[in-house]
Amino acid sequence: MSEITPVGYIQHHLTNLCVSVGDSCDDKGSFFVLHIDTLFYGWFVASLMMWIAYKVGKNLQTETPSGIQNVVEAIVEFVQQQVKDVFPGKNQLVGPLALTIFVWVFLMNAMDLVPVDLLPKIGEFFHIHSMKVVPTTDLSTTFALSLSVFALIIYYNIKVKGFLGYLKMFLFHPFGKYLIPVNIVMTTIEEIAKPVSLGLRLFGNMFAGELIFLLLAMMGGFSLLGVLPQIILASGWAIFHILVITLQAFIFMLLTIVYLGMAHQDDEEAH
Amino acid sequence: MNITATLFGQILTFVFLIWFINRFLWEPLTNMMEERKKRIADGLAASERGLHEKELAEKKAIEILQVAKQEANDVIARAQRRSNEIIEEAKRDAKAENERLLHAANASIDQEVNRAKEELRQHVATLAISAAEKILQKEINADIHAEILNETIAQI
Repeated sequence: MSEITPVGYIQHHLTNLCVSVGDSCDDKGSFFVLHIDTLFYGWFVASLMMWIAYKVGKNLQTETPSGIQNVVEAIVEFVQQQVKDVFPGKNQLVGPLALTIFVWVFLMNAMDLVPVDLLPKIGEFFHIHSMKVVPTTDLSTTFALSLSVFALIIYYNIKVKGFLGYLKMFLFHPFGKYLIPVNIVMTTIEEIAKPVSLGLRLFGNMFAGELIFLLLAMMGGFSLLGVLPQIILASGWAIFHILVITLQAFIFMLLTIVYLGMAHQDDEEAH
Repeated sequence: MNITATLFGQILTFVFLIWFINRFLWEPLTNMMEERKKRIADGLAASERGLHEKELAEKKAIEILQVAKQEANDVIARAQRRSNEIIEEAKRDAKAENERLLHAANASIDQEVNRAKEELRQHVATLAISAAEKILQKEINADIHAEILNETIAQI
């Protein structure tokens, strides 16, 4: 990098570490490429989660829970409560699914709080020249989650309502049997909107947050006068962002439970 | 800034993570919490039961105590009655014995008196005769005065 310009700086920070698996990384919009950084940090926080989960799960104390087990129990109970409140009926998958989404998304979002230049700079020592640290600022991650949820929505819709029941939902919902064409369009949009809104909401929030971190980081980087405002503003934004990352993880989890709950309703009464 | 094949990698991670979390954390932890809940409920129920049993036992103890007191009172009353009876009996026996002894003593006294009288009579007669003999040896013949002597003896 010979000359650092604001646009270049931001573009650099928003470029994934790309490996081609069929398409060229230079083309915009090529699908068959892998974002190694996204995968790596996704795996990194996932491993952290699994390590803690394994550690706690192995040494469960019924009588005298202590330390990390209390934290995990609190989170699990919180998720369990949400599932109990929102989800009708019984399903063994929803609880662990919701917990995984909540914690994994939270941890991936939390990578946002690491100073924006720290990990890419360390990466440069190993000749890695572009790196996006926050996996949830990659559409691939958010849509990986939302499409998995979407697949489950379809699966449980068919499992609970039957294939014909699911089809009937498209035909007669929401306006009854006299407006079948409109119903098909409406319900299709409604169903498609679920994964799209899930994925885009998380992506948009995290991407915007990351962008503001980058803009704030530039204040001190391009002028010494900007150092103090940068520290104050970036701290403020980071503190605010603690709320945002938790909220986004929570919303993703809650909507997943809601959607799966809707899929579980054998809705004879819905039309 | 578009969706790429990374999607599949993240989906795999996601699915594996769900499996792992479910297998190693969710199931054992929720089972444990369920068990803990049950244990707490059991414990509370047991303490409730214990309290109830304690109350019952206390009631029973009071009842038993009352019965025992009643019995003790009965025993004491019976014992008192019996002791009175025994005392009465003893008194009666003692009186009877006393009278019997008194009778025997009186009888033996009478006998003694009679015997003493008899003896005394004999002695006096003998003494009187010997005295009279001594007096009268010189002047009176025993044969002549025998009638008078016998009269005298009879008067004693």
